[in-house]
Amino acid sequence: MPLYHTEDQAMLAESVTGFMADEGGIKKQLRHWRDTNCKDGFGHGLWKQFAEMGLTGMLAAEADGGLAMGHVEAGIVLAEIGRNLTPSPFLTTSVMGVTALKDASDELRGRWLPGIIAGETVLAMAIDEGAKHKPEKIACRAERAGNGFRLTGAKDFVIHGTSADAIIVAARTSGSDSDADGVTLFAVPKDAAGIGHNAVRLVDSSIASHVRFDGVELDGSAVIGEVDGGRAVLNKVLSAGRIGAAAEQTGVGAGAFAMTTGYLKTRKQFGKLIGEFQALQHRAAHLYSELEIAEAVVIKAQQLLDGGSERAELMVSVAKAKAARACNLAVREGVQMHGGVGMTDEYDIGLYMKRERALTEFMGDANYHAERVAQLSGY
Amino acid sequence: MSELEAFRAEIRSWIEANCPEEMRKPVQDEGDICWGGRNFVFKNEGQKAWMEVCAAKGYTVPDWPVAYGGAGMSPAEAKVWREELARAGARPPLSSFGIWMLGPALLKFGTEEQKVLYLNQIARGEIRWCQGYSEPGSGSDLVSLQTFGEDKGDHWVVNGQKIWTSYADKADWIFCLVRTDKTNVYQGISFLLFDMTTPGVTTKPIKLISGASPFCETFFDNVVVPKHQIVGQLNRGWDVAKYLLGHEREMISGAGGGEQTSTIGKVLTRNGLDDPMLRAELAQFDIDALAFAACGEKFLDEIKVGRAHPAKPNMMKYAGTELNKRRHELLMAAGGSTALEWESEETRGGAPARSWLRTKANSIEGGTSEVMLNVVAKRILELPGA
Repeated sequence: MPLYHTEDQAMLAESVTGFMADEGGIKKQLRHWRDTNCKDGFGHGLWKQFAEMGLTGMLAAEADGGLAMGHVEAGIVLAEIGRNLTPSPFLTTSVMGVTALKDASDELRGRWLPGIIAGETVLAMAIDEGAKHKPEKIACRAERAGNGFRLTGAKDFVIHGTSADAIIVAARTSGSDSDADGVTLFAVPKDAAGIGHNAVRLVDSSIASHVRFDGVELDGSAVIGEVDGGRAVLNKVLSAGRIGAAAEQTGVGAGAFAMTTGYLKTRKQFGKLIGEFQALQHRAAHLYSELEIAEAVVIKAQQLLDGGSERAELMVSVAKAKAARACNLAVREGVQMHGGVGMTDEYDIGLYMKRERALTEFMGDANYHAERVAQLSGY
Repeated sequence: MSELEAFRAEIRSWIEANCPEEMRKPVQDEGDICWGGRNFVFKNEGQKAWMEVCAAKGYTVPDWPVAYGGAGMSPAEAKVWREELARAGARPPLSSFGIWMLGPALLKFGTEEQKVLYLNQIARGEIRWCQGYSEPGSGSDLVSLQTFGEDKGDHWVVNGQKIWTSYADKADWIFCLVRTDKTNVYQGISFLLFDMTTPGVTTKPIKLISGASPFCETFFDNVVVPKHQIVGQLNRGWDVAKYLLGHEREMISGAGGGEQTSTIGKVLTRNGLDDPMLRAELAQFDIDALAFAACGEKFLDEIKVGRAHPAKPNMMKYAGTELNKRRHELLMAAGGSTALEWESEETRGGAPARSWLRTKANSIEGGTSEVMLNVVAKRILELPGA
């Protein structure tokens, strides 16, 4: 398969690009919700518009009312979300959440998917425990209790945790903390008794929650997939989240880069446009090269994931790491080349830097994925 | 089965049936590459047989038209061919500057007679070409070249000197940039072809830091070149040169899946090393190598359908060569003091060190990294005054 968009994908990209620039722009969304101190950190009206565009259910099966698209298509949306720094629950709900629900019972899919597709339901992912992503270790426990389970433990970095109608929780149902087996995924409704939130605003103005589960009673129907066999589902959810975050990062990087080269072409010092200085030209050209490489490996990994390739897992980690490094360079160079104004809240370049930082941490940073690449490659 | 999958099956069984065993081992050094040419000494029977059986089917240049010695494959088919070669671990049947550089330029700028004659010779591995571009005073500033062809009616008389001419001492013919008008810098250069056995042509190998001499000084002393041996129009050779440089940069970048795109982390376990810092560096490198491989694949896919920015080869050349230099720095580090050995049997005559030193030319030859960045800044990013 060639590594560029098909005609259908190009059409999707065109409509999403226009939509996100018009409706999801920085002033209209990110700055608005930030400056009004919104408790969700995103707008439900825009989420409704996502649904009207057919984006919310793009990964869901046609039988479930979705469009049965893949990660290449989801990546097109996420790149535009990145470019416009658009706050939305798309990644956690429509990408990771829907991926998890694909392995869920008819009952669970029927309960959550229609609302997601309609742009009314939001999902959050409760995976991390602690400040660094390390899903190999899961200590949060769900013990058998009657016909169901009792969930006890804590989860961190649960994006949209307080806004979510349900939280997908990776919990341990048997074995010890670092066992591969014995993990089960649950769809926990927000109104279940015993959930405690400590919501915090992050540097990028998104809202994350430290969630405590204090003996939350769940019946068996909340289980996604097999009891004790949730690792396979979790891995699919992680891959979806990682490649999604990588796609969003390429958009963040491209947005920051466009802003920066634009500045190089207008700002004058020493009687010249600063873009005339070779010291800056070479850095800009190097950055362009890094961003192009990141974009290529992201689409490669998306295609492999959609095609069910055995190389997909490796390449998703390669893509997440490469996108993180390239995008990080883009925002650092962006602020530096903007000079003093790059440090002001008035200019958007700093917002790109903040978002990059959060996306890098989400689902594993570049070092985490480098470690995975080494392990998966056998050294 | 789709047509392409049927084609893949056909290619796969053809390679299986025709590729000799000794051509299915990885290329170890320069001597394993089949360059072809009048005086080429084949390393073994298998190398010769593989080149000839491929040439007979047009597979040495699979996407060239059949009339010019190719197999007329579509871009998608040519990709299948490359993938199946890689899958079988089969070496390219023939490698040459004729295939990578002159061929594409002739396809675009050559006359029908030139295409039929020269392209078929290239495809069959009969004539080995070298490239006469750089001069002692014209490196990065190539357009200032001084080698001069004096108009003598039905021929030119060429005088001057080229340098860094790769394998000039082994080549049969040269494609050469010659000044034919001293009053116009850019529109005063012509692209000439001539036989290296023409009286007045001499070559002198240059010994490099690697100990090898792949490059030569090439001298022209009253060399007679018939007028029909020009490619493109008189004084418009710079257009041909620039077009060809794009292909050269693409080749050096390794975008087609050269050494640059393979991973090296396993050297750690192979060498029995327990070195977490090196392991981390190797993993970072492998990430960059795999990502660059994807970028190369994307770039080739885009070229085939005319979607690649015309200056993109410059970016690929920059990224690919810088990556390759880093690769060999890491391989030296992983090899430790063993990799320092210059002549031992264990290192096959100092192969790691010699390869490491050889890669330092990657970001110089065919346009320096700094020139590549200038071109990207100017033509792709459209930065002012660049």
